[in-house]
Amino acid sequence: MTAVTKNVELMDCRDAFATAIEELAAEDERVVVVCSDSVGSSKLVGFKERFPHRLVNVGIAEQTLVGVAAGLANGGKRPVVSAASCFVTARGLEQIKVDLAYTNAKVVICGMSPGVAYGELGPTHHSLEDIAWLRAIDNIAIVVPADPVETGQSLRSALAHDGPVFIRVSRMGVPRVYADHYEFQLGKAVRLTDGDDATIIANGTMVSRAVEAARALRERGIGCRVVSMPTVRPLDVDEIVSAAAETGAIVTVEEHSVRGGLGGAVAEIVVGRCPVPMEIMGFAGFAPTGSAEWLLSHAGLTSAGIVDSTMEVVGRKEK
Amino acid sequence: MSTSATVLPVGRVDPTLPRAQRLALLAVAAAAIRRRELEMVYRAHLGHVGGDMSAADIVTVLLLAVLEIDPVMPRSPDRDRFVMSKGHGSALLYAALAARGFFDQRLLTEYLAPLSPLNGHPDAKKVAGVEANTGPLGHGLPIAVGMAIAAHMAESPSRTFCLVGDGELQEGSNWEALMAGGHRALHNLTVIVDRNGLQQGAGTEETSRLEPLADKSRAFGWAVAEVDGHDLGALLDLFENLPLESGKPNFVIARTHKGYPISFMRDRVEWHHKVPSAEQLQAALEELG
Repeated sequence: MTAVTKNVELMDCRDAFATAIEELAAEDERVVVVCSDSVGSSKLVGFKERFPHRLVNVGIAEQTLVGVAAGLANGGKRPVVSAASCFVTARGLEQIKVDLAYTNAKVVICGMSPGVAYGELGPTHHSLEDIAWLRAIDNIAIVVPADPVETGQSLRSALAHDGPVFIRVSRMGVPRVYADHYEFQLGKAVRLTDGDDATIIANGTMVSRAVEAARALRERGIGCRVVSMPTVRPLDVDEIVSAAAETGAIVTVEEHSVRGGLGGAVAEIVVGRCPVPMEIMGFAGFAPTGSAEWLLSHAGLTSAGIVDSTMEVVGRKEK
Repeated sequence: MSTSATVLPVGRVDPTLPRAQRLALLAVAAAAIRRRELEMVYRAHLGHVGGDMSAADIVTVLLLAVLEIDPVMPRSPDRDRFVMSKGHGSALLYAALAARGFFDQRLLTEYLAPLSPLNGHPDAKKVAGVEANTGPLGHGLPIAVGMAIAAHMAESPSRTFCLVGDGELQEGSNWEALMAGGHRALHNLTVIVDRNGLQQGAGTEETSRLEPLADKSRAFGWAVAEVDGHDLGALLDLFENLPLESGKPNFVIARTHKGYPISFMRDRVEWHHKVPSAEQLQAALEELG
């Protein structure tokens, strides 16, 4: 397994998930966790010790994983599904569509280790399409937290939501973005820096890199607004329209395919409401062999890469 | 050609009545539900008559005589759950739910009409008494396993019954769920297979063999019973004496006939989703008496 959390300053969002799920389970006895074998990689060892009868491990069976969660919700439980994002969203997609979204089942799916977190394990284990195919399904909220604070808060918010929610829980080491007093709100973007020349819209592991890029751009005389957009649905349309209207250029950046993710969601708004030059940063195709960190660099998903894309899109704007 | 719809008797078959009387009432109800189903499909020009006829006795016995459900409190936490995994049997399900009193039977004339709550596959958000949105095959059983686990956790008396088509068992998700249900010894869970032997285009055994189905399900940790799926008394006796074995979920193979009991539909694969003509409807209604 790729040791992605090498830097001691970087944090694994799964730990925040583990802490939050134990807190939430202690507060509400209806909360149960449903997993497909992955107790360890979902960081559920502590939960299992504290609430052994509230951990439903269905075995390696993602379709049943999602179906069982829907049945538990029908039975009055508040299920939180925890499974590798690549498998639960792909193998369980029809169950997510029918059993959760179409049914409006109050189930939270935590897609663990998404994006290229599994690094050298390769494209079979990368989850670069999860947001795209969930976004095509009606009635499921989609959240991509940037750091441990947002991960824990979004889980709390998801359990209070009247319908299914998907949360991407990263294992990539990320620096802390938010202070303790941050309050996540489903459907609300967060403006992290101000600037008039362009807007960088990011989520997940890319948020801290976007902030870093904005600092570097400022040194080059380009003022960037950085918008963290943890909720891909419901989308904060007003924030996107403001970004387009007020800064005139948009770069989106996400640890996901360039097709159909955050970039696609933003573009759908921009093209209809306020067309401006845009650049969608992400993975263009199946990733080659390499560690997670190396793959992000290879795809240009670094602060330097974001700087280059922003310069490029600002250049187009000025034509 | 009859112009007025069959009137369904409404309400639960009183469990305190003598067995013979209950069975007589169930026979009347099953015939009325079948008649109404045929009228719905004829009117809508769409539906799945063959499988509805094969499952009609099972669904009638469960909904009218076995399930602890209350149309006045359709979301009561300790209610029994019925999951119609073969969701294309929606006309049958709707007719049976109306007969149990979940909604006014006049609504049945809106089956498949634009904006009707009575979709071709059931929607729990719109139709009282529907527990799961089914349609894609292989969804109901995993959901039923989740319901049974929830009841176990809550120490609720709630039982879960899941009706699956036999062809449906070719979907792998069922076998995931059978493994999970057997592993967890969910004795409050009963799966009923509508074993009519025919799927959409051919027999199950010539398409992708299910047999030996009893041995397979037993090997997955389930207690197995085989029953004549058109024998109302046998079905009632079986459902009233669950679990089959302590500490095991129940797997009931109900031997049925597609299109039963209509002479020109019975065991005919084309009646999977063929729509009767006016003459065929009339002939079928006459056979049902």
